[in-house]
Amino acid sequence: MSVLVNQNTRVLVQGLGQAGRFHAAQMQAYGTKVVGGIRPGKGGTKVDDLVVFDSVAEAREQTGADATVIYVPAPGAKDAILEADAAGIPLCVVITEGIPAKDMLDVYATLKRRGSTMRIIGPNCPGIITPGACKIGIMPGYIHKPGRIGVISRSGTLTYEAVWQLTQRGIGQSTCIGIGGDPLVGTNHVQALKLFNEDPGTDAIIMIGEIGGTAEEEAAAFIAREVKKPVAAFIAGQTAPPGKRMGHAGAIISGGSGKASDKIAALERANVAVAMSPADIADRLIAAMKR
Amino acid sequence: MKIHEYQAKALFRAYGVPTPEGRVVSTPEEAAAAYRDLKSPVAVVKAQIHAGGRGKGGGVKLVRSAEEAATAARTILAKPLVTHQTGPAGQPVKTLLVEQGQKIVRELYAGLALDRAVGAPVLMVSTEGGMEIEEVAAKSPEKILREPIDPIDGLHSYQGRRLAKALGLASDQWETATQFLQKLCRLYLDKDCSIAEINPLIVTEGGGLLALDGKINFDSNALFRHPDVVEMRDLAEEDPTEIQAQDAGLSYINLDGNIGCLVNGAGLAMATMDIIKLHGGEPANFLDVGGGANKDQVARAFRLITSDPKVKGILVNIFGGILRCTTLAAGVIGAVKEIGLRLPLVVRLEGTEVEEGRKMLRESGLAIVTATDMTDAANKIVALAKKG
Repeated sequence: MSVLVNQNTRVLVQGLGQAGRFHAAQMQAYGTKVVGGIRPGKGGTKVDDLVVFDSVAEAREQTGADATVIYVPAPGAKDAILEADAAGIPLCVVITEGIPAKDMLDVYATLKRRGSTMRIIGPNCPGIITPGACKIGIMPGYIHKPGRIGVISRSGTLTYEAVWQLTQRGIGQSTCIGIGGDPLVGTNHVQALKLFNEDPGTDAIIMIGEIGGTAEEEAAAFIAREVKKPVAAFIAGQTAPPGKRMGHAGAIISGGSGKASDKIAALERANVAVAMSPADIADRLIAAMKR
Repeated sequence: MKIHEYQAKALFRAYGVPTPEGRVVSTPEEAAAAYRDLKSPVAVVKAQIHAGGRGKGGGVKLVRSAEEAATAARTILAKPLVTHQTGPAGQPVKTLLVEQGQKIVRELYAGLALDRAVGAPVLMVSTEGGMEIEEVAAKSPEKILREPIDPIDGLHSYQGRRLAKALGLASDQWETATQFLQKLCRLYLDKDCSIAEINPLIVTEGGGLLALDGKINFDSNALFRHPDVVEMRDLAEEDPTEIQAQDAGLSYINLDGNIGCLVNGAGLAMATMDIIKLHGGEPANFLDVGGGANKDQVARAFRLITSDPKVKGILVNIFGGILRCTTLAAGVIGAVKEIGLRLPLVVRLEGTEVEEGRKMLRESGLAIVTATDMTDAANKIVALAKKG
């Protein structure tokens, strides 16, 4: 079992530049059903092994795609997301980094006006993977192993670190969701936790957060209220100074909120096993599962 | 990206948000001329730097004659201005804003920022103008009123009226106040601001509203569509090393410790700083080389780190996904040879092509210490940096 994506998920690729093409091939090599790519004006041709369509609507109609991954550069990302929604695609994974906050505000406001139910993962995220079944995004496939741990993270390489710790200890993952490092993400920690909490194929959850915002505090409240499965967490940026944006647009301590210490305290109150060192994430989860 | 007060006020006026009349000057003579030109018995001379706390630092002076304006300008321009936000060295002042003095009846606050929890920009207003809004939020949060802003519609009139009434403005001022706030919101949305703040927003003797001070920050991800905003950037206000990093496509923040870090990915870079501290060391920087770094960028990252005299050792922590460990190893070897690195260097590699990458480092003949995992890496670099 898994959440959001599985061996039947049929994926489109929007944005066939260098990165989009490279990762489309990597996704296919992993076994993901990549059913088409979008390049306006080039419909009917092929890029590498990929059938190309003029629009998402045509691609959906002809392939039955039920997910899309967006590599379109930041200036065009808003249009790409809205096009996917207009075509009725239920899952949209946005890898693109550096999308203006206003564009994402416009996207969310428009989706709301349309009464859309499309789920967005990201932006600025590594994607989502159900090991052994479906990889949508840029994560290295081989570090994952099919299993029963759900992983949620705001960061890319730090997620790989946690996943690799699990895999090295022989523990597999049900699904890993990179929710993204931007201030406004389509799926937040709480929504991802809810999915794993309800998934019979997930026994325990790793949640990786970082400084900035209050999403981890909200997650802690949700865990205390709803989650019966063991949860381990790590919060990056314990040593970050206030007022400095640490790479991710969302990772900034401002106006006294967003500090790692507040997030850790909230999670510990919710009985989450918080790793103080990033090297201990998997071991903290294993300990929590034995409790 | 930040801009100066005088630039923010020019944008306010362009959007119809009234400000006091003023002149931008850079010499005492120009300040005197500006005083005469403004024809106001009282004027204010204000230092233009990005940091806050200018008034308490002596960067804002009331003047009552052209001579006083010149003297005030001379005093402020003479030495770097030190405020609680500039650090002890202060910030040199090159530009001054000379403005007409105002007869203030009330000092209010209005500010816009992205509220991540709400998922929308939020307009905040308060009767406690002139104070730092963080302080008001901490001491009396009930005195801050909020309205979420629809990114497509902007501020609705009914929202403006609600805020105007709550600010205690007379009903005949509600329309003026609503329009004032709507224009501010339009500016915020049109120009991709991340913060737009008026503190204080004053009520004058005639009942008018004026932006007495102004602060605007912009979303750096949106600068590609605002060449006019990019033109307002003042590089003298920014950390030169951080500018150099931006030019190289690196994300770099200078910190106080002595262990230089080179990492791929922002989350892992923060986690690397954390683990260094956990094992008794202090990071000298945050540095994310990004997912698609090449050999040249790795070399530039090394040069950046070693240009900081505080650095006594370097930790490279890479989890290769898109960035292959072999690419990273080639970059490290090239950079170490090129700059003749004498500092202790610990490298921890994991991920794509890791075995080949480790082999390249081992066989390079360079004094590179390899580490098996993050804990091992942190312990090794902390010990080496202490020795050095």
